[in-house]
Amino acid sequence: MIENQARRRFKNSVIHLILFAFSLLCIIPIVVVASIAFSSESSLNDVGYTLVPSDPSITAFRYILKNSNQILRAYGVSLANTSLGTISSLFVISLLAFPLSRRDYRLRKPLAFFVFFTLLFNGGLVPWYILISKYLHLKDTIFVLFVPYLVIPWFVLLLRTFFSQIPMSIFESAKIDGASEFAIYSRILMPLSKPALATVGLFITLNYWNDWWLPLLYIDNEALIPLPALLSRMMMNITYLTTQMTNSFIQIDISNIPKESARMAMALLAAGPMLFVFPFFQKYFVRGLTAGSLKG
Amino acid sequence: MALPGAMILFVFNYLPMAGILITFKDYTARNGFFGSPWVGFKNFDFFFASQDAWRITRNTLGYNATFILLGLVVSIAFALMLNEIRSRSALKYYQTAFFFPYFLSWVVAGYALYAFLDTDQGVINDLLGRFGIEAKSWYTENGYWPPILILANLWKTVGYYSVIYYAGLMGIDRQLYEAAMIDGANTWQKIWRISLPMLAPLITLLVILQIGRIFYADFGLFYFLPRNIGLLYKTTDVIDTYVFRSLRVTGNIGMASAANFYQSVMGFLLVLLSNWIVKKTNAENAIF
Repeated sequence: MIENQARRRFKNSVIHLILFAFSLLCIIPIVVVASIAFSSESSLNDVGYTLVPSDPSITAFRYILKNSNQILRAYGVSLANTSLGTISSLFVISLLAFPLSRRDYRLRKPLAFFVFFTLLFNGGLVPWYILISKYLHLKDTIFVLFVPYLVIPWFVLLLRTFFSQIPMSIFESAKIDGASEFAIYSRILMPLSKPALATVGLFITLNYWNDWWLPLLYIDNEALIPLPALLSRMMMNITYLTTQMTNSFIQIDISNIPKESARMAMALLAAGPMLFVFPFFQKYFVRGLTAGSLKG
Repeated sequence: MALPGAMILFVFNYLPMAGILITFKDYTARNGFFGSPWVGFKNFDFFFASQDAWRITRNTLGYNATFILLGLVVSIAFALMLNEIRSRSALKYYQTAFFFPYFLSWVVAGYALYAFLDTDQGVINDLLGRFGIEAKSWYTENGYWPPILILANLWKTVGYYSVIYYAGLMGIDRQLYEAAMIDGANTWQKIWRISLPMLAPLITLLVILQIGRIFYADFGLFYFLPRNIGLLYKTTDVIDTYVFRSLRVTGNIGMASAANFYQSVMGFLLVLLSNWIVKKTNAENAIF
């Protein structure tokens, strides 16, 4: 009637083989980066890049810690803008998502349209850039690294989906007991939505930590460069050296460029926190992704 | 309560919408947005007369269409395979591994790719050498880049799309499969008659969203992987990198704003169009 035992076993092992091969592909790039970071510079020159360090060493990390204030500074900037950004963004978008989730809110429809429309149409980079740099004067400030991303419409809609799962009757009874709207928000909604806030908060954190776009556009001051942007500048400098192309916006002293292993060590340091943290929070991510793809 | 969020949206999203009119002005930083004179369609004349317009349109649309199509097929295939697996620990491992690339920024991915493709020390040339094949100069040859970029994009996105589709598959009522088993359906029949039709709304939703953004390229992919090397622009330059360069590097605001306007408006029209088509065929699956 159905497939026999042997055939099913064969089918399963083929599936496992394919999935396993792809899972290796997903992981290998970072393994190579790590391997180079932990290799001695001389072995890289002799054998090239390998999956496992042929001559393990931590000189690259030592070099970074000793010689580069800039990298430590960039780490600090990244930490500052990620934490400031995540906290203020969660605060602002939860305030926005709350009325959006309430059936009894008069302006719910127009407000939802106001948020949703930004997903359909946007003015693009040029006016956005001119607005922020010329009219808001945010260039080369710490604010430019998180303020433009405070309200990301996707995250608002995601949070609204979570909020609307809370039964309305709870808010109604609080209202009867004389609670103000803000009290309902801070004393009932927030405590009830901790898992939802954690989910959206993780997406926001990831977004800020990995962001190179805002610094690429708006930061020229070396003291305010976050880690991903520092990495990208170093990469472009190497490119500059090897291809002799002109990139007028790069201003880092070429002699500061660390050698291969040190650059890979930096890449690892930049990716590190997220890679270390995410397996523990994976279920939140999956939940966020699936809730976000539901029609709301 | 919604005020702070609405204000921020107004400033950072709605003001630039009006600011798109800059395309019809001869903008200079000194005169600002309001002081610069109107010039009608002059910026478009320059932009569409240039070689660039065709090149970046072809690259953006070509790559994105490939990404959508291949991404859809591969991620649904992976989701269906995940759905066949019963072992909890294996599932957990695959999901974690598949998610990995999603957490790496393109900058880091660019470093990793460099480790593979570097002419002298790269992993790939080393492997080729072992088979007696001459080392290739990956960063100077246009022809290599379409497959590299397509693979890189699949690597980054397939994992999380397949997890979304897998979650969709998990939501399907098991009884449907049991009933089909009793009727003697084999695995393929279950996939074609149950899994895929049940996934259709989710697939449509995700594909519409992607088609709506087909004029928007993933800047990081096209900027950090080919390392902004001028030699490779023929196959790696897309609208987003072009606008960025015109704005920030060459300072040609006219060209930048023309390409920018073209992208915004075409993108918007495509969202409306794809939603309209879906509405015609199956109203339930439309987004709005």
